[in-house]
Amino acid sequence: MPIVLRCHKGIGPAVTGTALVARDNFSARYDLDRIKGTFSRPAHKLYGQSYVGQVLVLITAKGGVASAWMLHEMKARGMAPKAILLDRANTILAQGAAFAELTLVDRFAAGDPTTLIRSDDELIIEPAKGLVTILNRD
Amino acid sequence: MRLSEDERAMLAGEQGPVRQWALRHQIDVAEFFDADDLVPVGQAHVMADTESLGEAGVAWLEGLAAAPAAQRRVRIPTITDPRGLDFASYKRLKQTEAMAAIEARAIAAFEALGVLMTNTCINYQTILPPVRRENLALGDTGVVIYSNSVLGARSNFEGGPSALAAGLTGRTPRYGYHLDRHRAGTMHFDVRHQPADFADWGALGGIVGRVANSYWQVPVVTGLTTVASSDRLKHFGAALASFGSVAMFHIPGVTPEAPSLTEAFHGRAAPDAMPIDKADFEAFYASYAATGDKVDVVVFAAPQLSLFEMSQVAGLLDGRRIHADTSLIVATSPEIKFAADRMGLTRRIEDAGGIVAAGVCFYQSYAREMAEANGWQRLLTNSAKLVNIIAGYGYKPTLASMERCVDSAVAGRIV
Repeated sequence: MPIVLRCHKGIGPAVTGTALVARDNFSARYDLDRIKGTFSRPAHKLYGQSYVGQVLVLITAKGGVASAWMLHEMKARGMAPKAILLDRANTILAQGAAFAELTLVDRFAAGDPTTLIRSDDELIIEPAKGLVTILNRD
Repeated sequence: MRLSEDERAMLAGEQGPVRQWALRHQIDVAEFFDADDLVPVGQAHVMADTESLGEAGVAWLEGLAAAPAAQRRVRIPTITDPRGLDFASYKRLKQTEAMAAIEARAIAAFEALGVLMTNTCINYQTILPPVRRENLALGDTGVVIYSNSVLGARSNFEGGPSALAAGLTGRTPRYGYHLDRHRAGTMHFDVRHQPADFADWGALGGIVGRVANSYWQVPVVTGLTTVASSDRLKHFGAALASFGSVAMFHIPGVTPEAPSLTEAFHGRAAPDAMPIDKADFEAFYASYAATGDKVDVVVFAAPQLSLFEMSQVAGLLDGRRIHADTSLIVATSPEIKFAADRMGLTRRIEDAGGIVAAGVCFYQSYAREMAEANGWQRLLTNSAKLVNIIAGYGYKPTLASMERCVDSAVAGRIV
């Protein structure tokens, strides 16, 4: 039986994808080289790694308001993550996801998703139902 | 969600597709945060630099701007955060004609929507300060935290699309810092080493922000014996918002919703205080230390400088010359630039070799491309917010007092 995690109702379409997990935070402006599609902030735990097409699983959103535009801009160039899963989103990530029609969920019933999901887990994210399914573990 | 008759009409498209998009977007966000309704707002402040917007964002704005005038004009005073480029100084900063062209397109689209191009992140000092209990849709984290905390106004961090939606509908979802229950203190910090200058106030914001680390935390700071000023709280709040994603703080006896420690926590007992002492400041500075290094660029920005800060920079540069291998950039708002021109401050800064840019804030101005074009890597600033942001753009940032920044700019290395 796959593992099913309950979360708050989210934003964006249902998607499937591979998890990239870190006990760190997220800001499109502070953390990313959006041209190369990699984490560029040296202090970030995912420094140097590509985020393109990944399901990012992080703790919270940090910093400025630019992410609200940047998610849209990244998606238009095919350089966005597949989805973002957070322990607790801030307003900017929610607004940005709504504008970009990017999948975003947070507030998991079982706690911080960075402790529940592992990198390379295969996930189904269903924002309208508030469900995340881990397919490769039981 | 409860919607008024006017809101239902917007959602149904009866007022055109632009307002229909805006209300639909607001409902999506409202449902994510379990908002019951929308609240009327007095101002909207749109962060929309062209680096963030990209071609996709500018083209989207141009789509809105093509709607009939009655359908596209904002309903409330709607102003802008710093732009991606200052047309008067971009060539000296080696920004490109392509950047200028996309900037011009974005400005034309915003003007067609009825947006006032204030281009500032210090609108609370220079345009129209919010007042207590005023609901707003503000689009810069430093503006939000200052307005919530120092002025007692009510806003969430509103990203560009959401702030523009608020301008178009005249309301915003009622959640987060529009609600009393989110404005109570949640953490307690006791300062046992007094900040001496703006860099120290920013460092304090960074120290608290690193611990708070959540939009939903409201730090309460006691122990400050230094008299707070607007510029000091500007640096403190901007850094706190940047490092911690924090949107509100209380300083009992200073900020309006916290006449006392008890009131800062809405009548609940204050939690045990986390002390902040000299060693915490030293560790914060040490994490960005680089004494002796060649300094490529010295930046005074983030937030834009007030008139008093401009005057201080000019005073420190009088009779001196910035090193030939170092650039010094000062970013301020168009209103302050106009005043600085009139009062001779711009001339004094530029006579020493500095560049005064208006309507930009450095990190929102294609910082990565500027670094590559100018060969910049080591950046020195008195803005804790900027040192937090700029490493992701490939810079090596160092935090120092305004005096030390100027001394280093003259020496060409970090003194």
